[in-house]
Amino acid sequence: MHPALSVIFLTTLIGVGQGMFLALFTGQSYAAAQFLPAQDSSGFYGAGSLIALTFLIAGLMSSFFHLGHPERAWRAAAMWRTSWLSREVIVLPLVMMFVFVYGVMHFMGWDTVIATTDTVVTFHASLLVGALGSLAVFTLFLCTAMIYAAIKFLQEWSNPLTVINYLLLGTASGFTLATAFSHAAAPDLLRFYGTWAIIITVAAFITRSASLIRNTRLKYKSTIQSAIGVRHNQIVQKSQGAMGGSYNTREYFHGKKAVFLQSIKWIFMVLVFALPILLLVAGMRNNNIMVLNAAFIVQFIGLLFERWLFFAQARHPQNIYYQTV
Amino acid sequence: MTQLALVIDLNVCVGCHACVTSCKEWNTSGPAGSMSDDNPYGMEPTGTFFNRVQTYEVGCFPNTETIHFPKSCLHCEDAPCVPVCPTGASYKRESDGIVLVDYDKCIGCKYCSWACPYGAREFDEHQKVMKKCTLCVDRIYDTNLPESERKPACVMACPTSARLFGDVHDPQSEVSVAIREQGGYALMPEWGTNPANHYLPRRKTRLHIHEDELVRADNPLKKEQRKPSGPVTEPTLDDSTSW
Repeated sequence: MHPALSVIFLTTLIGVGQGMFLALFTGQSYAAAQFLPAQDSSGFYGAGSLIALTFLIAGLMSSFFHLGHPERAWRAAAMWRTSWLSREVIVLPLVMMFVFVYGVMHFMGWDTVIATTDTVVTFHASLLVGALGSLAVFTLFLCTAMIYAAIKFLQEWSNPLTVINYLLLGTASGFTLATAFSHAAAPDLLRFYGTWAIIITVAAFITRSASLIRNTRLKYKSTIQSAIGVRHNQIVQKSQGAMGGSYNTREYFHGKKAVFLQSIKWIFMVLVFALPILLLVAGMRNNNIMVLNAAFIVQFIGLLFERWLFFAQARHPQNIYYQTV
Repeated sequence: MTQLALVIDLNVCVGCHACVTSCKEWNTSGPAGSMSDDNPYGMEPTGTFFNRVQTYEVGCFPNTETIHFPKSCLHCEDAPCVPVCPTGASYKRESDGIVLVDYDKCIGCKYCSWACPYGAREFDEHQKVMKKCTLCVDRIYDTNLPESERKPACVMACPTSARLFGDVHDPQSEVSVAIREQGGYALMPEWGTNPANHYLPRRKTRLHIHEDELVRADNPLKKEQRKPSGPVTEPTLDDSTSW
């Protein structure tokens, strides 16, 4: 497929926003159970939600550039019964709403205690909103990934690994951002977020590698024989039905050589996994905000490469009809 | 239930592109607006088409065969492009099984084109909506046209009658009989899309003549001929008989 910048930015940006929100909610849940020290409501949870929301909005903005008619985008909520894209269109604003409400509750201090156990655990109202928001975040990861995983003849995508990768890569980048953010806003949580960021990044490395290995071993179901229905193992295409190319020759081909794809693979392997882990460790050791910021920036840039390859690697069966592109 | 479809006879198609040009002519002049082109008279012309003819060479020289392969929307019975559409712009008509796009609802997200394994949909770069073969829905029901002309433009244009049009759910229709009797097949059956359009395979007409049929002992053609006379060494009847 031809990777579209708008979709690359959409999926990576909302991934960061979603991961950041999960990080905030995890921090608050641990604090509620007194596993971690409680943090300043507006300075940490409020400001953190604002950052998460900014990423989500940036992702949404980016998605509009993908549409031919962005003014009709509201229509996209209609077919949620059958279309994962439609479901994503519904869940994304829902996530944004939860993040917004969660942030406002912390900013304004509208955070009444709704229940307590004897001494240890205190349930604030914001925890409930956070839990619902996290549920929406997980649903959004599922919707985003299923848009791709649900197309069964795009065999690179049609696999549970697609969903797992979207979840883990988004969460990893969110936790890395939370680590950098906590350096200033909540130094107590620096190691907590840093450690989780590394754990999730390692998990994402395993699952993304698994999908890369799977892709190299794929056996494609469609062949030129099944595509035109002629049983002969020597079929050569002589004309494609268009002189200057067509939508079919533009949309489904990345137009790059195999070497280019290989190099993108190694670039993102280093930028998404190896380098951020090293930078996170170094940043936590030296307590250096610049290094932690670099960890996030490097990982995000790496994710842009990762997403590019995710699209470029998918071989659409229609390409069989365009053998000489 | 009706399922209108095309049946394309690869044995007859000569690759003249008349279906391509007549399709473009009819549909670009239709009420749904033009099908835009870029650089139509330049070096690299490109544009939106509902139908294209491709050419394949099968076999190894000198035993090669050229196959012209017209390619358009197959109006799948389980069309994978329809459920993925987030707006409902892409739909399959209950009444006749035609898969259509509502250009006023399409947001141009291109997801349906990703979900079509055949690459039958083309995005109009100027109108920014997804387009595809309509089976000339604005023509086949037009009662102002004589009944014989209520067919898709490509079918009307085909000089070799390689394109048949009809209801594939009616077992007695021309298309069903053609599929049944001439080995009609669907493209990429592995994805379970159940395409309504079918293709008729190349068919070789071979004459099998046995030697017996060339030289026959009792060849009736020779019945009237004079029998060959035998050698005259013995006295014949003529010698011993007085007339």
